[in-house]
Amino acid sequence: MTLTLVNVAVARGGVPVLGGVAFTLRAGEAMILRGPNGAGKTTLLRTIAGLQLPLSGTIDGAADRIAYGGHADGLKGMLSVAENLSFWARVYGHSDIEPALATYALGPLRSRLAGTLSAGQKRRAGLARLMVTGRPIWILDEPTVSLDSHAVALFADAVRAHLGMGGMALMATHIDLGIDAHLCDICGWAAAPQELLGASDEAFL
Amino acid sequence: MIALLIRDLRLAMRAGGGFGLGLAFFLIITVLVPFSVGPQSSLLSTIAPGIMWMGALLACLLSLDRLLALDFEDGTLDVLATAPLPLEAALAIKGLAHWITTGLPLVVAAPFLAVLLNMPPQGFVWLVVSLALGTPALSMIGTFGAALTVGIKRGGLLLSLLVLPLYVPTLIFGAEAARRGAAGMAVETPLLLLAGISLACVALLPFAAAAALRMTLR
Amino acid sequence: MSIWEYANPVRFLALSAKVQPFAWGAAAIGISVGLIWGFFGTPDDFRQGATVKIIYLHVPAAWIAINAWIMMLLASLVWLVRRHHVSALAAKAAAPVGLVMTVIGLFTGAIWGQPMWGTWWAWDPRLTSFLILFLFYLGYIALWEAVEDPDTAADLTSVLCLVGSVFALMSRYAVLFWSQGLHQGASLSMDKQENISNVFWFPLVIAIAGFTLLFLALVLYRTGTEISLRRARALSARMEPRA
Repeated sequence: MTLTLVNVAVARGGVPVLGGVAFTLRAGEAMILRGPNGAGKTTLLRTIAGLQLPLSGTIDGAADRIAYGGHADGLKGMLSVAENLSFWARVYGHSDIEPALATYALGPLRSRLAGTLSAGQKRRAGLARLMVTGRPIWILDEPTVSLDSHAVALFADAVRAHLGMGGMALMATHIDLGIDAHLCDICGWAAAPQELLGASDEAFL
Repeated sequence: MIALLIRDLRLAMRAGGGFGLGLAFFLIITVLVPFSVGPQSSLLSTIAPGIMWMGALLACLLSLDRLLALDFEDGTLDVLATAPLPLEAALAIKGLAHWITTGLPLVVAAPFLAVLLNMPPQGFVWLVVSLALGTPALSMIGTFGAALTVGIKRGGLLLSLLVLPLYVPTLIFGAEAARRGAAGMAVETPLLLLAGISLACVALLPFAAAAALRMTLR
Repeated sequence: MSIWEYANPVRFLALSAKVQPFAWGAAAIGISVGLIWGFFGTPDDFRQGATVKIIYLHVPAAWIAINAWIMMLLASLVWLVRRHHVSALAAKAAAPVGLVMTVIGLFTGAIWGQPMWGTWWAWDPRLTSFLILFLFYLGYIALWEAVEDPDTAADLTSVLCLVGSVFALMSRYAVLFWSQGLHQGASLSMDKQENISNVFWFPLVIAIAGFTLLFLALVLYRTGTEISLRRARALSARMEPRA
């Protein structure tokens, strides 16, 4: 079970940002993407998650195996934490949310409305959502935003446990999580602005 | 799929969900019309079916901009798009939830409000039947409009501009059926055409809506 | 050489530059000949008098109003299936022209209808259908304006155009069902019985041809403008220094 990218190019706003992206992630491995703002981390992660199409290249092993966690948590403020997680679990065909609640220490908050949580608590609930999907590949965009050091440790434990069970994780973060991961600076793939990679507006040049 | 339906209904019921808002709007429209056209009962009973249909249409429109916009803002649509549930099914369910929270209460309330407008009692049943057959089309067309405008900031007004012309055939056949019913005429033809439009909308528009939503998320 | 070669914006511009002078010229000739012949060279109708002559504006405008939408529908399909930018931009360029023609059709119709039917407006099926077409044009143009990313805008407006066409057609039949009309039958049809007589017919056909050429010239010109805008956008996006 692997996730393989071959010669992938991605665009933001119609302009190529990355080209020639190629890597393979095997079961139990994690990869952390690094790069300055605007380098294309979010664009690459969204492309792998299938939310946008690559300009060129192939992505193997992603379809129907991805759990995507973006900048927004996908939680409803008027539903309790447990209701939110149960909903997502059922969408993915599961029902057990207890391990996820336990991992992120959300037990005491389970019947609180998500709208009344603090930003960090909400983030923890958003990360717990990844666990209830049962999907093997976690795609995470800045997962540690607004988490305190204790919560970051909980998250790192969750990732380690996920990898231990043969899962994979691909994330963009600048925090050292203390997990064994490939570090990958995406600047190496930065596309020259004039490069022709199949962007939609190249026809106009 | 049922999980999504239950979640949407639950959200609508909770405070701030907007359940009953459409119904209250429908009530206010019906109450205000006599103030604007005068209290003569003969005039009111003539225009009652049309007013009821117009009110139902505007009440449906009212809650459309929340239908997908909230899910778009909090990232739910991104996750739904990567979930095992096909987006077409998710949107059909959202349309169904909109109908249950908006269209169905209107159908139930319509005869009571028709009394206020002096509608002939023989027309009540046809008013209810026409609304029951027509409001699913209104919800589904609205879902399509919401999918088209979900990525646009302050898209509410644009949504109305796009959706209202699409409502024309439904409105014509629905109001015609209600009017003929009230006048004691045969209602089969407009009712059948109305049912046809509703069925076609429910069957086909989820695909168009899902296509539009994917284009926006991309 | 395939017609899709002209889907390339640069080749399209080159061809358009060659065609446009002829289109403008032929449009000017067609419209002037059609209108002058129509206004001064035809007899007054024995029932309608001189008012009938507004037909030389009314029918061509209505013709363009409907066919512009059909052209937009075809262009939208080409964009959705083959992703040719020129096609999407041509649909965008045609919409305001169609809108203006719809308005001209509605206004000249009102001016014609006043002396004939004694009213500026009646909820006649044809008039109502045109009003609905007007609303569809408005929505289509508003959606183009509202979406920021040009490719997404092209996608969404194409879907709207497709779905809108189905609903416009349904509205047409719904309106027929809903009201019996005042409007006379089609001015041009294959059926000789319904057709207007030859004296009116020749200048009308010339005027319609002139309006069609005018539409072609306007769409070519406006598509060129849209292509230049997209080109400027594509170039400036590549000029920006990377953050």
